[in-house]
Amino acid sequence: MNRLVPLLAFAALAAVPFIPFGREGGYVLLLVSRVMVFALAAISLDLLLGGGGMVSFGHAAYLAIGAYAVAILDANDVSEAWAVLAAALGAAALFAAGTGAVALRTRGVNFIMITLAFAQMVYFAAGSLAAYGGDDGYSLIARTELFGWPVLKGRGFYATAFVLLLAGYLLCRMLVASRFGRVLRAIRQNRQRVQAMGFNPFTVQLTAMVIAGMLCAVAGVLLANLSEFASPAYATWQRSGDLLIMVILGGAGSLHGALLGAAFVVLLEEALGRLTEHWRLIFGPLLVLSVLYFRGGLAGIGAKRD
Amino acid sequence: MTLLVVQALNGVQLGLLLFLIAAGLTLVFGVMDFINLAHGVQYMLGAYLGVAFAGLTGSFWLGLLLASVVAGVTGIALERLVFRHLYGRSHLDQVLATFGVILTLNEAVRVLWGTAPLQMPMPDALSGSFQLMEGLRYPVYRVALIVAGLLVAVGLAWAVNCTRAGMLIRAGASNAAMVSALGVDIGRLFTLVFGIGAMLAGFAGVMAAPLVSVEPSMGDNLLILAFVVIVIGGVGAIRGAFVAALMVGLVDTLGRTMVTDAFKAALGASAAARVGPAVASMLIYLVMAAVLAIRPAGLFPAARDA
Repeated sequence: MNRLVPLLAFAALAAVPFIPFGREGGYVLLLVSRVMVFALAAISLDLLLGGGGMVSFGHAAYLAIGAYAVAILDANDVSEAWAVLAAALGAAALFAAGTGAVALRTRGVNFIMITLAFAQMVYFAAGSLAAYGGDDGYSLIARTELFGWPVLKGRGFYATAFVLLLAGYLLCRMLVASRFGRVLRAIRQNRQRVQAMGFNPFTVQLTAMVIAGMLCAVAGVLLANLSEFASPAYATWQRSGDLLIMVILGGAGSLHGALLGAAFVVLLEEALGRLTEHWRLIFGPLLVLSVLYFRGGLAGIGAKRD
Repeated sequence: MTLLVVQALNGVQLGLLLFLIAAGLTLVFGVMDFINLAHGVQYMLGAYLGVAFAGLTGSFWLGLLLASVVAGVTGIALERLVFRHLYGRSHLDQVLATFGVILTLNEAVRVLWGTAPLQMPMPDALSGSFQLMEGLRYPVYRVALIVAGLLVAVGLAWAVNCTRAGMLIRAGASNAAMVSALGVDIGRLFTLVFGIGAMLAGFAGVMAAPLVSVEPSMGDNLLILAFVVIVIGGVGAIRGAFVAALMVGLVDTLGRTMVTDAFKAALGASAAARVGPAVASMLIYLVMAAVLAIRPAGLFPAARDA
């Protein structure tokens, strides 16, 4: 189950560009691209949540950091992928290390709230960047290119997003299975015992936060390119809530569950949005019911309970 | 100087408003160990109900009374229908389910009243302003709000510290299982606490309505501030919530003028106009991060037996 579902999911994603949808083809590619971008963000959050038991309510901040790395370089006529990635990853790592060092002093609900507070700071900071659109956001002049080659246009975007998502997923899976991942899970279960065994929980958790933040910033870079737009709205707490919903609906801790959750949420929003402009009136109760009665998430269906 | 006095008064007023909301939130959290993101919705609902009932009855006071009662009843209904099933679940589940409730109720309000902001007329008896000191007039209504907030704070402190129900609430906050074992109907106690919290938030909503524009998102912004308050104050502590609410209100209000002035001196007027508001918006989150970095459990954590 643990191997089959992700294999099928990625096979389906790889097959989508080759299915003839006729006139709807461009729209389908765009929609599934959006699924993949949010899947990458959700998987990175699952590394913290499922792996380390760290409930970050401010993960959307990294989406904004990635998006603004694209926007700020774009405004200065730089759209080379390596420069953009270096800026996004560097900024995300710095932000994660700085805020993580403070946030990890707290536990439980205070951790949830302090990560939220840091994301709010990013939100207000992004809104104050008057040179880059302020509250209105910034429209990109050009999409990011790799050595002058437009890798993020049309089908190129789909292919790039697919490769990055696959790489991100495999990286997280490797991390979770590694010694590092085992220590991370052990901290969640018994912090003192891990300490007694000579590991430093703080360093391990901080490392996880930095890695997750950097991965999510990559998703932010993709998101900015997909919509050709960077906006403070990427960092709102509602967006952080959306990411949490994806991870939990999918089933926290399984990584591919985050992928399924992202697909479910993005596609459901789209479907309900076509049905009625008041789609939240359906989505909200669905969310409440799924939390009340549907534990274990999508990835838990058919999987053996332990 | 006069500006400073006005801002300080406005800060106290915002602080007391925050206290009305945070009091319910922190009681619910302290007694039931339940994170209720939907608490901001109660505030928003209170404002809308206030506008509706004041319009129907033609009297602000009847509107205030009816809206507070109906908000309290709504809170009790929500507790019975949804929240009751979430006690004892992980904080994450609670965050998600109450997030779903926010989406639903915000959208329901949009359907019922539309997205355009509503205005609440000020009661005649409290409109107008009076001479506070030489060359300074201050609106009567804002003073009334300060007085109402202080009265509720005193009443709440009396109820929690000097009545039998208050004693049970305090006992429930420190060890709910023990209270239940001693023969107290803990379910009824929870409902009571929830109803009081919802009513206070609704009351705050009606009182704030004449000063702000009544719109669906008004609860979300205050909710985050109220969480900042209870985290700074120490979760579960009424006294902490009171001190932290005044602190946040003052920092936020005074910060907005003083930070911009400070930047004006350092950077010049145009740069200050851009950077000032952003830094001012971030100020309370910086305060929160600083408080949690030094005291991870908040300023006045409630005594709690594990």
